[in-house]
Amino acid sequence: MAQKKFVVGCFDDEKVLFPAVKQVRTAGYKIKDVYTPFPVHGLDHALGMRETSLHTAGFIYGITGTTTAISCISWIFTKDWPLNIGGKPHFALPAWIPIIFELTVLFAAVGMVMTFMWLCQMAPGVKKHHFHKRATDDLFVMVIECTEKTNAEDLKALLASNGAVETDIQVAEDGWWFGTYDNDDDNLYKQVAH
Amino acid sequence: MASIKEQFEIPGKLKTWAYALIGIGGVALLYGMFTQGFSTDEHEQVHFWGTLMYNTIFWTLVTNAAMFFLCFSTMAQAAWMQSFRRIAEAISTLVPVFGSITFAVLIYVVVSEKHHIYHWLDAAAVAKDPILKGKAGFLNPTFFIIWTTLAITLWSYFGYRMRQISREADENPMDAETAKSFNIRSMTRSGFFLVWFGLTVASTIPWLWLMSIDAHWYSTMYSWYTFASSFVAGMALIALWVIYAKNKGYLELTNSEHLHDIAKFMFAFSIFWTYLWFSQYMLIWYANIPEETVYFKHRVQGAYKPIFFLNLVVNFLAPLIILMKRSAKRNFTLVAFMAVLILFGHWIDFYQMVMGSLMKDHVTLGWLDFGILGFFVGVLILMVARSLASKPLIAKNHPFLKESIIHQV
Repeated sequence: MAQKKFVVGCFDDEKVLFPAVKQVRTAGYKIKDVYTPFPVHGLDHALGMRETSLHTAGFIYGITGTTTAISCISWIFTKDWPLNIGGKPHFALPAWIPIIFELTVLFAAVGMVMTFMWLCQMAPGVKKHHFHKRATDDLFVMVIECTEKTNAEDLKALLASNGAVETDIQVAEDGWWFGTYDNDDDNLYKQVAH
Repeated sequence: MASIKEQFEIPGKLKTWAYALIGIGGVALLYGMFTQGFSTDEHEQVHFWGTLMYNTIFWTLVTNAAMFFLCFSTMAQAAWMQSFRRIAEAISTLVPVFGSITFAVLIYVVVSEKHHIYHWLDAAAVAKDPILKGKAGFLNPTFFIIWTTLAITLWSYFGYRMRQISREADENPMDAETAKSFNIRSMTRSGFFLVWFGLTVASTIPWLWLMSIDAHWYSTMYSWYTFASSFVAGMALIALWVIYAKNKGYLELTNSEHLHDIAKFMFAFSIFWTYLWFSQYMLIWYANIPEETVYFKHRVQGAYKPIFFLNLVVNFLAPLIILMKRSAKRNFTLVAFMAVLILFGHWIDFYQMVMGSLMKDHVTLGWLDFGILGFFVGVLILMVARSLASKPLIAKNHPFLKESIIHQV
């Protein structure tokens, strides 16, 4: 957790946002993220983000669930406590398939939700700095992290010339912290200076 | 959009293949009909008419699934399929053609009282059989003929009405009001088809045509199972034609985004089919009541064992493993391969559904099956290509077309 310096540009139209993203990237800046009120098709692509690996993780969780179910049920019903149920063989695979299926789904679903929360740093009580209040309402908020080489004023001008309706330089908390939204604004916007 | 190729021209090679298949298949069909179909030996009769029955029923239901796809998409106001809707429409024009063949075969079987195929046709046996007597209100020749006639006629008619309204999108650009009423009228017409589809394909028709071969046996999953089988094969057929047309340089507006969604249907409904396959099998296996297990006895333990499990590998394991990845669903070659595999797999499924009950002791898969299959595939290729060539490939003024062009998964 550290305080970092960011340049923030707010856009009120997707049609302006997309060329701006392209311009900022060709100018050599690395965009930290664009906060949008709703999912914007193709934005992840425009930002050059790599394809998520969440589905691979989901597959692995699913396979784990399948394996757990098969090994657990087969051990119980053939080794640990074999029972004669309706004259069926001890290794009664058809009867187990629903449970195997359910455990596969359970492991995959819970595992993927957990992984998603971890990747996005989301959990009850976990707070992060909001760069603009209207990012959840009607503004597309582009955030660029400053390095020691970045001239923040130049970047601000570049954003404005590409159609940003509002530009801003913020020194703010980069990581997350525990807090509640009903306390006060200090918890919501952890920001040092403009 | 000026550079769009709207007119499909049938490639000469496709025609040659179609005529060759129709020729070879037709010879096999006629030879089979005269040596076996009209033979005095009951086994040979059952072999021929059974083989013809499962082929014609399979292709009727598969082509009808293309219209079902169009109708539920219209009902859901789906836009993504607009760029290739004419492919599905062209496939659905085969319903009256294959429907007539099915009609002729089934009516012949019922009228000539082939009780080795439909045991309930044997009036003397029904009279002293309490189970069949109980079913006689449903399983009787009169109802069979009326319901079959109604089913095929109304599928064809409602399908025709859907294709007609789609033609309106060819003429003039629509203003907002026209587009709105066009949309509502399309939805109304698809509603008629869907309701009738539910009353036939998803319930009564598989009971009458297929399940009643095992006259004493019944399964409440049977119709859904048949529907799932024919629907996933229908999606595979649409995928094949889309890929073929794309390969020949048509359908510029259809790309891997659309293919991704078609392949999703193939993937999802392969699993849906397995779900029904398993639900039907597991309940009967668990309860272990002789009058129910009789259906699976010779399939799981008898001569049909290899086919029965091949069915599961081709229709469940292969799509599950191969089509799971996103990149696989967007790969035209792989989806084409899977479409052929799924079509073959569900054809085999229909084979074991019908012949597994008619010829319990030996698997008869041979020249007759593949000959008749060839005949149907030939007719399908020729008539779908002709139907595609007879109207524009793009419904260019359809209100949802733009949404389909920018479709992104």
